[in-house]
Amino acid sequence: MDLTLKVWRQDGPQDAGRFETYSAESISEDMSFLEMLDVVNERLVEEGTEPIAFDSDCREGICGTCGLMIDGQAHGPQRATATCQLHMRSYRDGDEITIEPWRAAAFPIMKDLVVDRSPFDRIVEAGGFITAPTGSAPDANLIPVPKEDSDLAFEAAACIGCGACVAACPNGAAQLFTAAKLAHLNLLPQGQPERYQRTEAMVDEMESYFGSCTNHGECQAACPKDISIDFIALLNRDYGKAKFSGRRKRAD
Amino acid sequence: MQLDAKIPAGPIADKWDSHRFDVKLVNPANKRKFSVIVVGTGLAGASAAATLGELGYRVKAFTFHDSPRRAHSIAAQGGINAAKNYHNDGDSVFRLFYDTVKGGDYRSREANVYRLAQVSGEIIDQATAQGVPFAREYGGLLDNRSFGGAQVSRTFYARGQTGQQLLLGAYQAMARQVHEGSVDLHTKSEMLDLVTEGGRAVGIVTRDLGTGEISSHSAHAVVLATGGYSNAFFLSTNAKACNVSAIWRAHRKGALFANPCYTQIHPTCIPQSDDFQSKLTLMSESLRNDGRIWVPVEADDERPPNEIAEDERDYYLERRYPAFGNLVPRDVASRAAKGMIDAGLGIGPRRNGVYLDFATAIGRLGRDAIEAKYGNLFEMYANITGEDPYAVPMRIYPAPHYTMGGLWVDYNLMTTVPGLYAIGEANFSDHGANRLGASALMQGLADGYFVLPNTISDYLAPLLGVQPPPTDHPAFTQAVADVTGRVDGLLAVKGTRTVDWFHRQLGKILWDYCGMARNRAGLEKAISEIRALREEFQTDVRVLGGGETLNLSLERAGRVADFFELGELMCRDALYREESAGGHFREEHQTDEGEALRDDDRFAHVAAWGWNGPDRDPSLTVEQLQFEHVKLAQRSYK
Repeated sequence: MDLTLKVWRQDGPQDAGRFETYSAESISEDMSFLEMLDVVNERLVEEGTEPIAFDSDCREGICGTCGLMIDGQAHGPQRATATCQLHMRSYRDGDEITIEPWRAAAFPIMKDLVVDRSPFDRIVEAGGFITAPTGSAPDANLIPVPKEDSDLAFEAAACIGCGACVAACPNGAAQLFTAAKLAHLNLLPQGQPERYQRTEAMVDEMESYFGSCTNHGECQAACPKDISIDFIALLNRDYGKAKFSGRRKRAD
Repeated sequence: MQLDAKIPAGPIADKWDSHRFDVKLVNPANKRKFSVIVVGTGLAGASAAATLGELGYRVKAFTFHDSPRRAHSIAAQGGINAAKNYHNDGDSVFRLFYDTVKGGDYRSREANVYRLAQVSGEIIDQATAQGVPFAREYGGLLDNRSFGGAQVSRTFYARGQTGQQLLLGAYQAMARQVHEGSVDLHTKSEMLDLVTEGGRAVGIVTRDLGTGEISSHSAHAVVLATGGYSNAFFLSTNAKACNVSAIWRAHRKGALFANPCYTQIHPTCIPQSDDFQSKLTLMSESLRNDGRIWVPVEADDERPPNEIAEDERDYYLERRYPAFGNLVPRDVASRAAKGMIDAGLGIGPRRNGVYLDFATAIGRLGRDAIEAKYGNLFEMYANITGEDPYAVPMRIYPAPHYTMGGLWVDYNLMTTVPGLYAIGEANFSDHGANRLGASALMQGLADGYFVLPNTISDYLAPLLGVQPPPTDHPAFTQAVADVTGRVDGLLAVKGTRTVDWFHRQLGKILWDYCGMARNRAGLEKAISEIRALREEFQTDVRVLGGGETLNLSLERAGRVADFFELGELMCRDALYREESAGGHFREEHQTDEGEALRDDDRFAHVAAWGWNGPDRDPSLTVEQLQFEHVKLAQRSYK
């Protein structure tokens, strides 16, 4: 199939940026979206044009490196699918496709379609862990964890940190990312001792970078791992408790 | 050069204990006087950085990704082995040790493997305490499954995302140390050279992938946790950015490279669909617990698989290896698949696959049970191929996946350059000529959490009061000049071919002549072709854009340049090793039944290669392997 691409090009963080139009010819439906861009890039280099910079790594939907706004949708049209797992059989000959980087104030553009998502690491550093120094762990079967709790924690832990939730949110909020990490740890027995301290620290750190959540639900729709916004309810509940118990402690 | 593996004396079960007593220690208050650089933040690197930080060392961690969580460990699917014997099915430290040495076709170092088995249980404890959501039984206890090369269930897993969950555990432990200030994290920083002074490793030179800035970092010791080199083949299951450059640069600075020809071709990957394919996707080995591998009995059978009757199918692994069946080790399963396709029995549009069929398991357990176990893998398969694996068998074919070779290390995991350590897939020591499934995660975390943090003090303790050279020392300025020269050199060629074009050509040569089967004529041909292609690369590669900005072509060009040199060494090593062992199959050396035929009299050793310059032959040093606890035998999985 032959396609027309409208691609955001931006030479660096300070550049104003603009859309450029390229043609993508003889694309097979078995190609992934990123392989289609590889082909376009090979041709651009042969023509002497600098290739389109885009992030990707594992190309099997797990590392969270890739992420494009495709026709205004984070990761494109296919539900619960990262950009690298989107295949060209979703498109028809003659289609025009608009490709942009993640759009969010907290993710500044580095070049073309590549953005800086380091605020996510800052949120995790603020408290997204269980304190268990190496060597201090008891036998793994000492604390049984009900299967349902473990499975629910796993569903939250499946987050790949790609940033689609932020890019899809009209407010540029990172509630789904933060809620997923919190739910993973707060639902497990091992995570209880630091539960409220963790919640307060991560949410406060999040708010220093990202916008506020107003329950649009776009994040869940864009999430390549189908992570539920129910976890945001858990975040809000734990954050409320954390603030309340914190106030009480200060009053004592 | 003499290689001293520093294997402790005494009975094998006591070696690690007595060694931990014998190593020199650094007292807690003095640890902060030592700085350690850790390059790579996958399972091995992140766990090492976290643990060294917890101990009190000043750690500088480097990753070329935008976040440590992107490291390719994240893509490991199936699981992690541990000798917990939670299932009471006869497992033990000794059995895991034995299975690993046997699975590696008797080409690994016994003492290292025994230690790996000893600490395997602690890894599961550690990860569980961190909140890694391993699969559980309804009673709340941890679940296990089986993997290739074992007759016990010792593999812990988190659906098909075990690597992701373990990496997040290690990443979070490291994030805690970043927060505490003991780990200084540098993202988007690629190591481009190792700096040595007075024969010791004292630092690295990095390039900021966002701004192109070249900087120097000094430390008392350098740890490389930079993974394997399967991407030399271009098409592999590795992530696009995986590369050999960090360990190759260290090799050029004096670190011997051991067994480069030991590469693992994983049997269950999705076959290539077209010539533009950028990578191959693995389907976890755990699928072989419930999937049955077969091809049609007749060549060129064009019927859809579900119309081929049972008696017209050849379940060739079950037929040839009744004891292990579909769960034979990877090298055996891969060669068997290659044999079927070479015999014209391949299936699929390009005749480049074999079937992995779940119909029997779905019939026995129900679709829901299969979905609970492998749901995400089936979904990934459906996404990539457009076929529904619940309804029609998967098509699979082998692909480069893991490299057992790597930098030579002693029992302390130190390379031949004092102060330089290699951990995880970057070293060579534990898997011999073939790695068993679910053992890579185990080894990466064993090295990072439990081994290196206990051995590094032996090197550091005598350096108390000694400062590493400052970054304006001539050793650093020279390394910076070398790096800058290489970067500028790649930009200056201004040739006609893209970096990927060269990489594809190199990959094809290696796959054809240094892949699943190798022979003398082919390897000699490969060496001359690689040399010619390397020369063409140096005069005809086209890298557009500048060095002072994000430039993905430039990054790739530097990595491909190193793959050329490595590729030649892989072929040389394969040529030298006149035997078949594990993943290294020399057609001249096979049994009447087509199985790998070792030559223990001549080759029960590690081949460690030294760099002598780009146009000079490498020098060979051998480490003789001693087998005192496992009897050398022809591997049999029948």
